[in-house]
Amino acid sequence: MALAPAITDLEQLKSHPAVARLLVWNASAVVGVKYDRDEMTITVDRANLREACALLRDDAECAFNFLSDVTCVDWYPAEPRFEVIYHLLSIPKKERVRLKVRLDSASPAVESLTSLWPGANYFEREVFDLFGIRFTGHPYMRRILMPEDWEGFPLRKDYPVEGYR
Amino acid sequence: MILNMGPQHPSTHGVLRVLLEIDGETVVRIMPDIGFLHTGIEKTCEAKFYQQVVPLTDRIDYLCPMTNNLCYVLAVEKLLGLEIPPKAQWLRVLLNELTRINSHLVWLGTHAMDIGALTVFLYCFREREQVLNMFEMISGQRMMTSYFRVGGVALEPPLGFFDRVREFAGRFPEKVDEYENLLTGNPIFMMRTKGVAKLSAEDAIALGATGPTLRGSGVDIDLRRDMPYSGYENFKFKVPVAQEGDVFARYMCRVRELRESIEIVKQALDGMPEGRIKADAPGVVLPDREKMKTQMEALIYHFKIITEGFAVPAGEVYQAVESPRGEMGYYIVSDGTAKPYRVHMRAACFANLQTLEKMCVGGLIADVVAAIGSIDIVLGEIDR
Repeated sequence: MALAPAITDLEQLKSHPAVARLLVWNASAVVGVKYDRDEMTITVDRANLREACALLRDDAECAFNFLSDVTCVDWYPAEPRFEVIYHLLSIPKKERVRLKVRLDSASPAVESLTSLWPGANYFEREVFDLFGIRFTGHPYMRRILMPEDWEGFPLRKDYPVEGYR
Repeated sequence: MILNMGPQHPSTHGVLRVLLEIDGETVVRIMPDIGFLHTGIEKTCEAKFYQQVVPLTDRIDYLCPMTNNLCYVLAVEKLLGLEIPPKAQWLRVLLNELTRINSHLVWLGTHAMDIGALTVFLYCFREREQVLNMFEMISGQRMMTSYFRVGGVALEPPLGFFDRVREFAGRFPEKVDEYENLLTGNPIFMMRTKGVAKLSAEDAIALGATGPTLRGSGVDIDLRRDMPYSGYENFKFKVPVAQEGDVFARYMCRVRELRESIEIVKQALDGMPEGRIKADAPGVVLPDREKMKTQMEALIYHFKIITEGFAVPAGEVYQAVESPRGEMGYYIVSDGTAKPYRVHMRAACFANLQTLEKMCVGGLIADVVAAIGSIDIVLGEIDR
């Protein structure tokens, strides 16, 4: 099984229900698309993320009603430095889609999804704890895994694996 | 009154601290406090070669090491585009179902003990011991098995392994009857579990619950059946679903899963294909010992894989499997080198724990113990 090259051309991926729905709603919200290794990735503009998720959740065609996971990747020293990654699952359609938001290191903040899925609570706290991304509108933006008085964000790439000694 | 439950409370199954605000016996507010077992495994993974991450995955969830192994190797294989020979796939399914039995037995024993039925614990650990012995037979380890490899499994199963599994599979259903005799119709157990810690389907979905916690609320999804991986599409099994959403419903789901798992084990034994246990990918899969001693090329590959690892094409994948607790997912980002750029583990219990608030508020303190038991948490996985 050889790897097929990733498709990043928006024209070819327009027929995917999630992409089509977002394009009809607001074409400028979709920053990029990628179809690689049977997985669909949509990069969304930071300002439109929450509404895009709400749309995908409530649309009958897409029905991405379950938030599987929220995480983050640090591309230090590149800018925009952070990618916050959301994995949505459609329980009725048995499909997944990945949404991405790019954030620069100057203001790593994005709107919280807790108003759509209360389950985003812990995941967003974890991302805040380990990467220092702020989620606006989150009900309890505190450290979750690290001690309360910890300094620094351990999963950032400029944080040494052994920690500071 | 604010009450501290844990972190060293036997019913919290690990190191979980639960802050309870109570009014008499009634819970007004509940707040789990986690992170006591945080070891930074995700960060550690970034400094290891891809094959060196496998033993770390055992250690996040010590009750289902093989499920974690499987999820990780499937994700890396997806990144590499590797095809796995059928025998390795079937072995993986067989071992995963044994792992599920192992995990559910520990859950059943401890959950029953939390509620006051001490005997079940001894019964469950009797069978669990046999499962662990089988793990030791095949991998040399009882708990931290690390048996799966990127591209297949580590070793051929030893002589007599399949006979032993078959013997266990023949005996196990009547053992499940024994547990059920002790619990299912037991009036004390029913009073402690029926109608307790209710969770509606909408709440379960909104809070990100998966696995038996979700299925106990009437949502019919099982990744093994709905998004099959590692050849699960070749197996016939039912997905137990219960509608009530209480502790008893989650109990019934898991007990029925025990029976389904043993059916899958039997099917895997009967249909076990012949052939290789490792993929044909010399740069990724370690060569056989015999070849290393006779062929120069194999020796070079071995040396290179051990010292430099193997490069994985750049990209990202999210691979989810149905672990005994729910959706276990690995999100791996590769930048084209021999070490993963980012490994994220989506722990099922981490999300499931959030349902605790919905289950417990308005209930009694004694039911908090039943509720924690019924979501089957493993703190190693939550804290990672």
